[in-house]
Amino acid sequence: MDWFPLYNSLRIALISTFIIFFVGIFAAYYIARLPRGVKAALDVILTLPLVLPPTVVGFLLLRLLGPTTPIGAWFLEHFQLKLVMTWWSAVFATVVVIFPLMYRTARGAFESFDRTLAYSGQSLGLSNTYIFWRIRMPYCRQGILAGTVLAFARALGEYGATSMIAGYTPGRTATISTTVYQLWRINDDALAFQWVLVNMAISFVVLLAVNMLERREARR
Amino acid sequence: MSLYVDIEKQIGSFHLKVKLEAGDETVALLGGSGCGKSMTLRCIAGIDRPDRGRIVVDDTILFDSEKKIDLTPQKRRTGLLFQNYALFPQMTVRRNLMAGARREASREKREEQVAHYLREFGLEDLEGRLPSQLSGGQQQRVALARILVSAPNILLLDEPFSALDAHLRFQMEQEVRERIRAFGKTVVLVSHDRDEVFRLADKIAVMNEGTVDVFGTRREVFHDPRTVTGARLTGCKNISRLAVDPSDRRRAAAKDWGLPLSFSAPVPEDVTHVGIRMHDIYAADGPVQTQYFPGSGPKAAPERPSAPFTKDGFDSKAAEAVSPASAPETRERKQGPAPAPAARVLCRVISELEDPFSITVMLRPEGAPETSIPIGWTLSKSLWAQLRKPQIDMVFPEPAMLLLREKN
Repeated sequence: MDWFPLYNSLRIALISTFIIFFVGIFAAYYIARLPRGVKAALDVILTLPLVLPPTVVGFLLLRLLGPTTPIGAWFLEHFQLKLVMTWWSAVFATVVVIFPLMYRTARGAFESFDRTLAYSGQSLGLSNTYIFWRIRMPYCRQGILAGTVLAFARALGEYGATSMIAGYTPGRTATISTTVYQLWRINDDALAFQWVLVNMAISFVVLLAVNMLERREARR
Repeated sequence: MSLYVDIEKQIGSFHLKVKLEAGDETVALLGGSGCGKSMTLRCIAGIDRPDRGRIVVDDTILFDSEKKIDLTPQKRRTGLLFQNYALFPQMTVRRNLMAGARREASREKREEQVAHYLREFGLEDLEGRLPSQLSGGQQQRVALARILVSAPNILLLDEPFSALDAHLRFQMEQEVRERIRAFGKTVVLVSHDRDEVFRLADKIAVMNEGTVDVFGTRREVFHDPRTVTGARLTGCKNISRLAVDPSDRRRAAAKDWGLPLSFSAPVPEDVTHVGIRMHDIYAADGPVQTQYFPGSGPKAAPERPSAPFTKDGFDSKAAEAVSPASAPETRERKQGPAPAPAARVLCRVISELEDPFSITVMLRPEGAPETSIPIGWTLSKSLWAQLRKPQIDMVFPEPAMLLLREKN
């Protein structure tokens, strides 16, 4: 059995989660401070990928980054870089799809934050950076952790947008989910089933980790 | 060491306009909820920004809208104690204090200071605990220690005892009083509790709807609260609208009580209400038993009389001209030891309300309409046992009558 799809899926999910951890948190932090009208509008736009079918996201990304588009052409011309149909094209797709998960959960966590903690920190002379990383983040840890794990799990299972923008090239862009689909298509049910088991095992481990973290949290 | 505040801020339809000045003393902002007292504190600390004005602590300008100075909360060195203490929940007691000491650059010195305050506040055994594992009193102690470790130039206490149980409140109040004394600089206390304010503060600013109604030493303010809000907040429960005879302004009537009153001097034009504390009236055949009545009650240490200060600014002469009542000491001397009462009237006992250590008798003057508001009279249970009758001949001493305005 060729383990490339597992490796590829994991690296795409890890890289996307890493990116979205920061982007999601900072978006949540700064958007929460905007005036109400702007906030509501941005909220809708940023949550859209959560409710749009992934194929629509994939389609839009192809229209944005494909070799014939201005952006795609520019990269191709200056860096000889193709933005689609490579393994890291899948990162674009995954990032867009999982962004709302991180953004929403982080915002929920930040909104529950007791502001007097930040105020008293400022009064004590603590820098805003210190307050963010040492007071606000630990306070909101649970929500942010939940968001991160959810985003990772979702990234691992991404299929629709990934298959459109990265395609299925065995040994190059194949992920677990696209592999299962291809194996089923060519009637290799036995191998497909093996990948299904691998996928289930990973999901199981992730959820177990979440549960253990929550229990540790409850004990504190 | 001093504090100067003169700020204005508009939030929706609420207008905050506060002027205050204090030296090395404790100033209390006394007011009901939503009067702007906490917002004033937050403006001093830099959490809220006034639209206009100036805030100066010692020689440091914290805020000046004209000079475009607006220091960050970090640079203001205001030790702000929140109602809920705002301890960092993920940090131990020790780490909370270490966070408070971060202005000090050297780690060694930080450790030293934190060790000092842990010892000073009796927190050594608790240093490894999280705030959630502490009692309310311990949390407050940690919060105060954390603030003092940050070396503030001024202390701002926002309803410091409101989150505590009644029995702890008194104990913590004593402790805080000692800390304030040791701190020795300006302290601003926000509270709605007149007893707490009376015990802790040197000066009191009564706040109402965003402005300072009355400002003076605590004795001045309790003697002559000047406004209806001031009287209510300093605990006066008998308050009535006042009708003054236009041909002789010494004759008046408390409309809500149905009680005619006569004064030795004309009632000032701006007076709309009259008040009398429930302790300050007495039976003609009983002992004179008043609390704020000048010359009786516990002898107070002589207090340096300070100029009456209103929201318009210092002007002792103008204030005295407007109201002779603003200087109770003077009034006392003029009146002599046995002043003529503003009213002496036979009252019917409507009801008796028993408190744990005293009794409040609700009275209605004979001849007053049935719809009039009864007047409360508080006295000791033993005295009431002696005096108890369906009708009592009551004395309303003139110096104890509070002449009140809607707004100062």
